[in-house]
Amino acid sequence: MESVIVSSDFQSKIDQDANIEPKDSMPDAYREHLIRQISQHAHSEVIGMQPEGNWITRAPSLRAKQILLAKIQDEGGHGLYLYSAAETLGISRDEMIRQLHSGKAKYSNIFNYPALTWADIGAIGWLVDGAAIVNQVSLQRTSYGPYARAMVRICKEESFHQRQGYEIMTKMMNGTEAQKQMAQDAMNRWWWPSLMMFGPHDSDSPHSGNAFTWKIKRKSNDELRQKFIDKTVQQAEVIGLTIPDPELRWNETKQMYDHGEINWEEFKRVINGNGPCNRQRMEHHMHVHAEGAWVREAAEAYAKQQH
Amino acid sequence: MMNKQEAIFKYLVRLGDCALIHGHRLSEWCSRGPILEEDLALTNMALDNIGRAQAFLKYAAEVQGNGLSEDDLAYKRDERAFYNNLLTELPIGDFAFTIAKQLLLSVFENIQMQALCKSADATIAGIAAKSHKEVRYHLTHARDWTMRLGKGTLESNTRLQQAFNQLWMYTGELFEMYEEDAILNKQGIAIDLNELKTPYYNTITSILNDSNIKMPVADYMQTGSRKGIHTEYLGHILSEMQYLQRAYPDAKW
Repeated sequence: MESVIVSSDFQSKIDQDANIEPKDSMPDAYREHLIRQISQHAHSEVIGMQPEGNWITRAPSLRAKQILLAKIQDEGGHGLYLYSAAETLGISRDEMIRQLHSGKAKYSNIFNYPALTWADIGAIGWLVDGAAIVNQVSLQRTSYGPYARAMVRICKEESFHQRQGYEIMTKMMNGTEAQKQMAQDAMNRWWWPSLMMFGPHDSDSPHSGNAFTWKIKRKSNDELRQKFIDKTVQQAEVIGLTIPDPELRWNETKQMYDHGEINWEEFKRVINGNGPCNRQRMEHHMHVHAEGAWVREAAEAYAKQQH
Repeated sequence: MMNKQEAIFKYLVRLGDCALIHGHRLSEWCSRGPILEEDLALTNMALDNIGRAQAFLKYAAEVQGNGLSEDDLAYKRDERAFYNNLLTELPIGDFAFTIAKQLLLSVFENIQMQALCKSADATIAGIAAKSHKEVRYHLTHARDWTMRLGKGTLESNTRLQQAFNQLWMYTGELFEMYEEDAILNKQGIAIDLNELKTPYYNTITSILNDSNIKMPVADYMQTGSRKGIHTEYLGHILSEMQYLQRAYPDAKW
């Protein structure tokens, strides 16, 4: 009986577009859905520090190095407040990290691709953060208050990231022949994985049903993907980059771009652990976490002495 | 004999290189911190250092006046023309090693930047004033962690003690003065590093005492950087840092 009351009160709040706050009653499935989604989001920010961190020591100017350092710090900061948002649902950061290491929790598939050249840093900022923004803008209106508020803050910073990525690509496309080739090569490698970031087609999206009813999700995978394509194609054209999709063309009737089919085999293969960097990313995170254990123990022991 | 312009240039490059190489090492902590908060703290300090390097090297390039930029100085100079203190280029080691390094450097930089705020050269004084604010935070961070690790567990104490023991022989060089110092001290542009010695060692002694760390001893203090003679580590830092600029000399980034 109680659970019926909980759920009708909960759903009426949702229907009125009111935020659900940590102390409000909520169905277990809602709580679990959010923990899964927010922790995955937090882990993505943190794992994403690896491919970008790969280029800090080789950034080609002092300015570029500072921008990249600042950007990666933002990502780590996003990780921190997303972990905090998830903690309001009754899970600890330690537990979330355990779930990441056991494979129960995931992170964005995009970070299983390698950052091979400096142009990849441009492509990650422009395309990967660009895709993330489209998703996150829509999440600013998600129904869980702490998550929605974290998104507002995150979106402000992500748009700076996207601009810095685009700036790198622009500079390279205005540069030498070798730089142009490097930029186009990065475009070729990052375009399709960026489209995959929005997840499977709506017709094949396993978690969407409740997510819409609960207003965790406001727009569908395909809608968001289309939005990203429509805004990005022109940006590519402006600086002379070619989108690696021979079927891409403007559809006058629909007022949007038609595009070729995504390679869903690759998508599944990478999600299931066989992307170029899955093992490397997880091993790095686990290794660092294990290596830091004595530091965390020391900090804890010291904190106890202070009481 | 150096002229005044050459002396200022070398002095600025010394200050810039210390920040650049120190920042480079700190940036290696990205995605490697023992907790996420420390990952961010260490790379944030890296960012402060790279910013300071940019400011000093930009001014150095202006003083040199041959059309080169701060990036040319950072990315196209050879190893023997780098003048950072050896302490900055040593590998990051474990977290205790980095914290010990941070303490030894930030105590020094705190008094160095404070003194340089009074430099007769307004640009140096300005950069020093901004840096001093940042370094005060670096010092607080290093002191807090020295305390935590020193008093935390037997393992953390042992690791930190070993780190200080290994690093101690690089502290003497911080106070070495060279031709450029002699020229610039007279004009109130540079500072007398001898005067910093007592406050430096007093501060370190007091922090180590409070942290259950024994004062290290060294029968010899390493030297060389004022003449551009470094450890083997610097060459590897530069080959990584300068790779794109060297591989694509015509490119602008």
